[in-house]
Amino acid sequence: MGLKQPGLAKLAIVGVLFTLLLSACGGGESNVEAGNRDKILHFGNGTEPQELDPHIVTGIPEHNIIHALLEGLVGKDPQTLEPIPAVAKSWQISEDGKTYTFQLRENARWSNGDPLAAEDFVWSWWRALQPALGNQYAYMLFPVVNAEAYANGDITDFSQVGIKAIDKHTLQVTLNNPTPYFLQLLDHYSAFPVHRATIEKFGAADERGSRWTRPGNYVGNGPFVLDTWKLNKIITVRKNPHYWGADKVRLNGIDFHPIENVSTEERMFRAGQLHITGTIPIDKIALYQEKHPQLLQVVPYLGTYYYRLNVRTPHLKDQRVRRALNLAIDRQSLVDNITKGGELPASSFTPPDTMGYTATSDLRFDPEEARRLMAEAGYPNGEGFPVTEVLYNTSEGHQKIAVAIQQMWNKHLNVNIRLNNQDWKVFLSSVNMGQYSISRAGWIGDYVDPNTFLDMWVTDGGNNQTGWSNARYDDIILRLAPAAPSQEARHELMREAEAILLTELPVIPLYIYTSKSLIQPSVHGVYGNLMDHIHYPAVWLDEGTE
Amino acid sequence: MVAIITNTDEVLASAEQGTSLWSDAWVRLRRNHLALAGLGILIFLAIVSLLTPWIAPYGYEAQNLALGATPPSWQHWFGTDIFGRDLLTRVMYGGRMSLMVGFVATGVALVIGVLWGTVAGYAGGRVDAVMMRLVDILYALPFMIFIILLMVVFGRSILLLFLAIGAVEWLTMARIVRGQVQNLRRQEFIEAAYSLGLSRWRIVRKHLIPNTLGPVIVYTTLTIPSVMLLEAFLSFLGLGVQPPESSWGLLINNGVETMEEYPWLLIFPGLALSITLFSLNFLGDGLRDALDPRTSKD
Amino acid sequence: MLKFFFTRLLQAIPVLLVVITVTFFLVRLAPGGPFDAEKAVPPEVLKALEANYRLDLPVWQQYTSYVGDLVTGDFGPSFRYPGRSVNELIMAGLPASAELGLYALLVALVIGTLAGIIASLRPNTAQDYIPMSTAMIGICMPSFLLGPLLVLVFGIWLDWLPISGWGDMPGDKILPSITMGAGYAAYIARLSRGGMLEVLSQDYIRTARAKGLPERVIIFKHALRGGLIPVIAFLGPAFAGLLSGSFVVETIFQIPGLGRFFVQAAFNRDYTMIMGTTVFFAFLIVLFNLLSDVIAVWINPRLRHQAQGGH
Repeated sequence: MGLKQPGLAKLAIVGVLFTLLLSACGGGESNVEAGNRDKILHFGNGTEPQELDPHIVTGIPEHNIIHALLEGLVGKDPQTLEPIPAVAKSWQISEDGKTYTFQLRENARWSNGDPLAAEDFVWSWWRALQPALGNQYAYMLFPVVNAEAYANGDITDFSQVGIKAIDKHTLQVTLNNPTPYFLQLLDHYSAFPVHRATIEKFGAADERGSRWTRPGNYVGNGPFVLDTWKLNKIITVRKNPHYWGADKVRLNGIDFHPIENVSTEERMFRAGQLHITGTIPIDKIALYQEKHPQLLQVVPYLGTYYYRLNVRTPHLKDQRVRRALNLAIDRQSLVDNITKGGELPASSFTPPDTMGYTATSDLRFDPEEARRLMAEAGYPNGEGFPVTEVLYNTSEGHQKIAVAIQQMWNKHLNVNIRLNNQDWKVFLSSVNMGQYSISRAGWIGDYVDPNTFLDMWVTDGGNNQTGWSNARYDDIILRLAPAAPSQEARHELMREAEAILLTELPVIPLYIYTSKSLIQPSVHGVYGNLMDHIHYPAVWLDEGTE
Repeated sequence: MVAIITNTDEVLASAEQGTSLWSDAWVRLRRNHLALAGLGILIFLAIVSLLTPWIAPYGYEAQNLALGATPPSWQHWFGTDIFGRDLLTRVMYGGRMSLMVGFVATGVALVIGVLWGTVAGYAGGRVDAVMMRLVDILYALPFMIFIILLMVVFGRSILLLFLAIGAVEWLTMARIVRGQVQNLRRQEFIEAAYSLGLSRWRIVRKHLIPNTLGPVIVYTTLTIPSVMLLEAFLSFLGLGVQPPESSWGLLINNGVETMEEYPWLLIFPGLALSITLFSLNFLGDGLRDALDPRTSKD
Repeated sequence: MLKFFFTRLLQAIPVLLVVITVTFFLVRLAPGGPFDAEKAVPPEVLKALEANYRLDLPVWQQYTSYVGDLVTGDFGPSFRYPGRSVNELIMAGLPASAELGLYALLVALVIGTLAGIIASLRPNTAQDYIPMSTAMIGICMPSFLLGPLLVLVFGIWLDWLPISGWGDMPGDKILPSITMGAGYAAYIARLSRGGMLEVLSQDYIRTARAKGLPERVIIFKHALRGGLIPVIAFLGPAFAGLLSGSFVVETIFQIPGLGRFFVQAAFNRDYTMIMGTTVFFAFLIVLFNLLSDVIAVWINPRLRHQAQGGH
């Protein structure tokens, strides 16, 4: 078998050829240059979206794309987040704050040219509430009369749900309570309209994952239409000529790049492959602040990073211990030296100035008082305090924070803290089953109102895994605040509730998130805001720079 | 291995290898300066690791958040990390973990892999088929789920880490040894041993295993550094080392993230790993040459 | 030889069956379900979701219906990507991963065997140390380090090559192929050097030398056969690993391959996707281990004997 020798020689030749072929490269035009010319925005979008069906998805990458493809009744001003007209050109709210009447635009159309009518919203909300669909954000519609009962299958007659098409262009929605943030909910994708004929063409209305969301099939009503979708590679959307405001849309399209690795994303930005990134690696922030501050956008974000304390743990049952742990954390040092992204040390659980609401609180760093409380609780100088575990889900960032806090507690209270990280799903299951002492957590508000931060701490709330319960707190959140006669009265009640939370401390808020992104100078109309929300019709690119 | 070779049976010793192979090997090894240097460095690293708790300049968990990451200086020869911890100290402590994991886990893989591969390759037929298909199955099972389950069922422990690493690393070793044994089995000196009426186990132990040493040593020297890096991955998943403790693999992992801003955080642990690897390889090559039953005839 | 081949193919069936069964139950033992999320999923929604994916059935019933579908080649719907079937996802990721794997293998084989052979000819000289030390860089530098480093040097500082993508720009396949191949090249170089040294000291090579055959013939025609046996045993699983993609390389370079699915499926507890990727990988392992054994037999006349003897 003399084959071996030519075989190897061939291999070598192929190898050389392969190298030559591949190295025949030239410095092509970057995405940003081409994009500026063709008015295509290149957008770093985190991960591959699970789906593009607004009544199924849950994540931020999905949010970013769906907002290009669909539009709700009311939008959000990109600077102030105040409601602005979208499909509805105007609306009236009744005296008691419970009935909303929307006038829809006559020129609102679907991307296939079909007119968009009030009935489309009724059908879409009916679909969003179908139990079989498994819509995890169905609760966004629960302020509407009977929506919750319908979604849970308690009633089956949809006409009892508080949404009605008065005529082709008038829609009336009735709420259980005056809900000051209701208009904001209408800009959430779970309240978006979907095109009935398209969905029914590709399957049943409540079928998960039919092919209606594929390019070529997708019919939307947003400023853009779905053009291509290559798994883990790219999703492109192009201008929708049937959009009611098409003449004001200045982009010809957006290319969404699903980039999981944040270091890769930053390098792609540097190489001119992206106009805007979803985030920035922590260690790069200082560098950009120093050398290219104009490229870096850091703004407060509607979210709180905190530690959950399991109050069922014997030694954490004692309020004094929880307060001591809280007082021994130097939040300023944490944000200055560890997170380094301009985060705000938390002074309360609800981020300050959430639609005019700021909690009264006293979350300070006071190791002396902390030691005194520990001694009072029976652990003078940490003696006798059991080894306590801090649980976090596997991630470099969470680990850094845990390491810093471990050291702070050890230094100021002389207690022994052990760190434990678990894979995300194991972590969730441990937390849900209450198998932890202290665990890392984060909460991002669904809408700009203190309610989204406070209603989760009611007794046995789905997201309250601490075992904490307070009757007065429950009473305020569930009964008094929703029925409050005015926004001021409501905020006053909320402040009282939050004060209870911050005194008893089943959770230790650490810092308020910031959203951080890198933006090329040619991009205009991307304003930082609390929701990290981009209003695509406002975005434009100039050809001058880069 | 040592015991096997020093115990060499008289008859066979004269049949295919020199008397007192081990002392011959040592003589040959001593002539190989690079291998000796490798051995010296490894011994040095081992001693440093053992003495670390007494000679380390700082505490491995002592933070100085205000100081943050600083380049190498007189106070901190290797610089400090973002928590202001002394990197030299952390590399020293990391070495303890990495060397232990590297050697112990590789040892586990080595023993299982060599035995498994030899038996399969020697027995042939059905036994071989069943044993090697079992290897195929273990290759194919999803490693991550396996790790996650291990952690959930047994909690975190160093022992588990060895088990998890050993469980994956022995597979390729077994395949290599099996191929080698199959090849050797048909060679003249094995046939000769057969005709001399030696028992199977004896042939395997005294002739097949020593003669597969070459590739085994080579593969072992490759496995140790990859095990050290695998440890980092498992630790990151939560199975092995937990902060504030560390290992070279973890230090490198973290260093990559900041290699543009704080290159020293990558360079020093990287150097430590590379030096170990090169020493191991030189020593491995030297050992291989020295132990080769045939080189004595040259 | 043919009999050997078909016997081994038949053995694949129990192997796959064991892998499927064990994985099926392992996956369900792992804590955390596919639909757990940071924001608690309301119990009613969870129930609907579980019914949707037949997770409300008894486990053995899930198992039989899964295996039933599998026989017809249907891997089922992905839990993570509601609109996608597992078949679709694997087919979407395979081309890029397979191409990358092939290039990486080429890089590894060319660099690895050449370095190994060159080094083995003059052991313990500069001709040995230089290629071997170069090859060892591949091990000192795991892909999560080599990848970003290559990108920084060639992509950003020198600006010679694209830093990401796959088939989007000329030259964007170079850096990922090198990154992925480097580690394997080091293994191959070390193993082939060792194997060659082993063989070169054997009697039949001495005989060939004594006969005065040219060195080139001795090396390529005689020595290489035996010398590459350890490499070939290594290549079986290595090739299967290469083809099924690499999470690290694919995320560093933004390559739409299979490797990302493998890792994400486990993290997401996407049961059907874990099963799909595992079965797919098991198939590759069986196939390439078989091929590597066949090649080992083929280049080694002694073994051929044995295989034909059929025991």
